[in-house]
Amino acid sequence: MSWWVWLLLALILLALFSLYLSQTAGRLDQLHRRVDAGLISLDRSLLERHTVASEVAGAQLPDPVTAEVIADAVREARRVGTADDVSRGLAESNLSQVLTMAFDDPDEISELAVGLGGDLMTDLEGATRRVQMSRRFYNDAVRACRDVRYQWLVRVFRLAGFTEWPQPFEMDDTPPPGFGVR
Amino acid sequence: MSEEPLKVGIVCPYAWDSPGGVQFHIRDLRDALVRLGHTVSVLAPAEDDSALPDYVTSTGKPVAVKYNGSVARLNVGLRSTRRLRDWIRDGDFDVMHVHEPISPGISAVAIWAAQGPIVATWHSSMEKSRALSVGFYIAQTVMEKTRGRIAVSELARRTLVDHLGGDAVLIPNGVECSNFAAGKPFPGWPGSGGALFFLGRLDEPRKGLSILLEAMPAIAEANPDVRLLLAGPGDAAEIAERVPGDIADRLTFLGLVSEEDKANAFHSADIYIAPNTGGESFGIVLLESMASGTAVAASDLEAFRRVLDDGRAGVHFRNQDPADLARVVNGLLADPELRQELISAGRERALLYDWSRVAREIVDVYRSVRMPGEKVTEDLRRQFVGRWSRSTAKGAQS
Repeated sequence: MSWWVWLLLALILLALFSLYLSQTAGRLDQLHRRVDAGLISLDRSLLERHTVASEVAGAQLPDPVTAEVIADAVREARRVGTADDVSRGLAESNLSQVLTMAFDDPDEISELAVGLGGDLMTDLEGATRRVQMSRRFYNDAVRACRDVRYQWLVRVFRLAGFTEWPQPFEMDDTPPPGFGVR
Repeated sequence: MSEEPLKVGIVCPYAWDSPGGVQFHIRDLRDALVRLGHTVSVLAPAEDDSALPDYVTSTGKPVAVKYNGSVARLNVGLRSTRRLRDWIRDGDFDVMHVHEPISPGISAVAIWAAQGPIVATWHSSMEKSRALSVGFYIAQTVMEKTRGRIAVSELARRTLVDHLGGDAVLIPNGVECSNFAAGKPFPGWPGSGGALFFLGRLDEPRKGLSILLEAMPAIAEANPDVRLLLAGPGDAAEIAERVPGDIADRLTFLGLVSEEDKANAFHSADIYIAPNTGGESFGIVLLESMASGTAVAASDLEAFRRVLDDGRAGVHFRNQDPADLARVVNGLLADPELRQELISAGRERALLYDWSRVAREIVDVYRSVRMPGEKVTEDLRRQFVGRWSRSTAKGAQS
């Protein structure tokens, strides 16, 4: 065969290869959006939980002493902030455990719900559930994104650009057992 | 959380005008979302486009084909894909919610053709072989592009975790509690002699009618005027022939009932009996009975124990044990106070599954997968021809 047939073949292969690369880059872009959306939602639901938990503590629920322990856990979580994932995870886990300790009895919660605490209990149930949900979605997104970024073509051609290597967020997010277990 | 209303596009893989659990789920979810102030459009295949409600867009008529060893009614192909892409483009959705994505049909195609905030709901549990039979490529696309996944039962969630390597949140099926609370008993029911109710296919062994019928003589002995109401498809004459004459006289067959008559039937009975022997992943009928204010006696399947809160919202008898069924039902018929207790516990329990609450949790999922302002867009990565034809069409228009 003459040289131009080889050249043509090489050009076609090159075109197909760059098509593949561009598609993988697009795929990776969507995965990064998924991770970003997950992180925004996780941040939002953790902050929402701070707000609701301190409202609950402010209303002296379930009793003044436990309320102070909850308030302290919230203050600590706010103080730690978002700078370091490990200490953040520990502070948030601590808040989960305090809430679990405080609201472990469905009967007591229904009693609180009859009184002033009705809306607060609904809010707290929702806030703790949303923390668990958004963390699950976020970590799932991180895993999916990492699966693609591990591929050698993605690494060699730097398809991820300068985006950070996604990190899962570890914490104990068990909602308090007293809220309507289905 | 911020509460701006969402534009939601829901994809149903099964024909909208043929009855089925997924279709009912989507219909009730759509109603509940609209009540919460959101806008909803549903995309589904349909046998007859003219009879659809205005919120449903049809992808065309499904065709029976052999797939994976059984006959499936599918609606795939170029025409339906084009309608699907038009729907995604024109819908301008904030979230696309796809149901049963690992079924061969428009659900998987919809995920393939869209990008952005996509949520998927798994309804059924699957064997590993079936879960993987859809092909690695489809499964991978589905798992990669669904940002939030919902499973309606723990079994369905296990399918995802074990076979597809992803997680999901558990949000059960909803019950339209107010519809069931509004039922009215049939004239002459429940009466004073005790009225029982069975609902389900008469000839499906797993629904357990034969176990209930075996227990009937012992129930009739303790309650001489007891009657049994039966609703569900199947050969009533054959059932009546099979039981002793004394028992046959106590049976009233309703056949296949409408949703409204189902609620009325619950109100016509003192006890709803669920003698199912297996194969139940959830137990929505138990909740419908509780929402109607009818006491529940059910076999002790794991799914039923869960719904009845381990016996707090209803009573259990040993699975496949007619003698135990008779004992439990006789005890409950003799104790109106216990029945009242179960009824009020059951009403409260059913509210945990009310559509208003379930739909709010689903909206939480929608919000958690979406960046503020993000929209669902067409995924054109593998659509060079489509992209080209569209740009030339636009060029021709201008």
